[in-house]
Amino acid sequence: MIRADHISKSFEGRTVLNDISVEFDTGKTNLIIGRSGSGKTVLLKSLVGLHDVDLGKIYYDDVCYTDLGFKERKAIRKDIGMIFQGGALLDSSTVRENVRLPLDLFTEMSEGEKRDRVDFCLERVRLVGADHLYPSELSGGMVKRVAIARAIVLNPRYLFCDEPNSGLDPQTSVVIDNLIHEITKEFNITTIINTHDMNSVMEIGEKIVYIHEGNKWWEGTKDDILLSDNAELNDFVFASAMAKRAKMVAK
Amino acid sequence: MIKLFEHIGRYFMLLSKVFSRPEKMRIYRSRIWFEVEALGFNSISLTAIISAFIGAVVALQMAITLESPFIPQFMIGYSTREVMVLEFSSTVVALILAGKVGSNIASEIGTMRITEQIDALEIMGVNSASYLILPKIVATVIFFPILTLFSIIVGILGGFAIAYLTGIMLTGDYIEGLFYCFEPFSFTYALVKGAVFAFIITSISAYCGYYAKGNSLEVGRASTKAVVASSVTIMIFDLILTQIMRV
Repeated sequence: MIRADHISKSFEGRTVLNDISVEFDTGKTNLIIGRSGSGKTVLLKSLVGLHDVDLGKIYYDDVCYTDLGFKERKAIRKDIGMIFQGGALLDSSTVRENVRLPLDLFTEMSEGEKRDRVDFCLERVRLVGADHLYPSELSGGMVKRVAIARAIVLNPRYLFCDEPNSGLDPQTSVVIDNLIHEITKEFNITTIINTHDMNSVMEIGEKIVYIHEGNKWWEGTKDDILLSDNAELNDFVFASAMAKRAKMVAK
Repeated sequence: MIKLFEHIGRYFMLLSKVFSRPEKMRIYRSRIWFEVEALGFNSISLTAIISAFIGAVVALQMAITLESPFIPQFMIGYSTREVMVLEFSSTVVALILAGKVGSNIASEIGTMRITEQIDALEIMGVNSASYLILPKIVATVIFFPILTLFSIIVGILGGFAIAYLTGIMLTGDYIEGLFYCFEPFSFTYALVKGAVFAFIITSISAYCGYYAKGNSLEVGRASTKAVVASSVTIMIFDLILTQIMRV
């Protein structure tokens, strides 16, 4: 479980997150949704510790992450996997080297054990046979899958995904969504996904938090969205005329 | 002025991160070898070409300038050696490498910053500054003095070649000049300068890249800043080292 308790963050006097309190459940795919520039990415990066919050606390299973020093945070970070918007694979390393890096740095595994673990992760994301390729030789979907493999190689307890579907076609997006959802269930991970892809919301969203202009505007499940009367949420989720009609039918 | 002090403060804070205890030495050793190849071996051809031509030009200029019955011919070899050892092979080669290696480091690390590769390392719990920058610093500090020595040898050979090919002087006189008033400490001086300049180029360029923000335009700006800042710092330290180590 990850909990944010009244967190606020501003950059050069501009408030980006305003007094947000939210809890993300273990074993569920928790989604943060909102318009571009609403503060989703800052919220995600604050939760993960890439931004220090100005006010409030962040808890990882009752451990106050914000109060920890660099060394103690490092211990928790080994339990964190993160998938970045662009994949963030190391350009000068092959797929295998990218996935293997955390094992090299933080485990005492033998060469054979490392090879087996990397093979398992690549197999899990259906990327067998691509281990010798460099990131520049991969398609967008493959980059995301390598990023997932790297994120899960150390068996993380928390998985963060920043717009995992951006730049992907709808079919590949579904594949990536399902993969993240399966991994969440399989390893009982607390997964937090930052997205504005409505297909993802309807496919895998078990808990959804809507961020509007830096504030938590709405929280619920995907079924609640269909019945919600929140005007901003409805404007965002059912932006197209077809989606609005679909909502009326659902209601 | 305040901005300058801010940069200096941040630079030293970054260095303290770079020199904190590495996660696993074994990984660093393999990365150092990788950087020796990328930053060192790949600079050999450029250094060789420039040094050979400068050595030849210096010998030619000296032959023209020192053309007098009162000045012995071996002074051309002597002057070429002194120019190469004392200034060219350490300082000028460092300035050239600040352009090649410095911009390479700044753009590589800057690109890693804007494509979130550095964030990805941080999330994994890796000290990204140490992991990315320390191997580069170690590799260049070890390899640049070797490159300096190489440049001295190639430059002197360039002077010899021009003497031999054009007949502006006897090659025997040139060689005699190379050993005239030979002071071994001047080589130590050149090698120390090579190591110090390597540190300056690598650390400043890495700093410029590490704190790059925004998009690819900013990476370009970071590279330019890296070259300018490294070059100016090299000149300042050239003066300081020459004063301290006066040969």
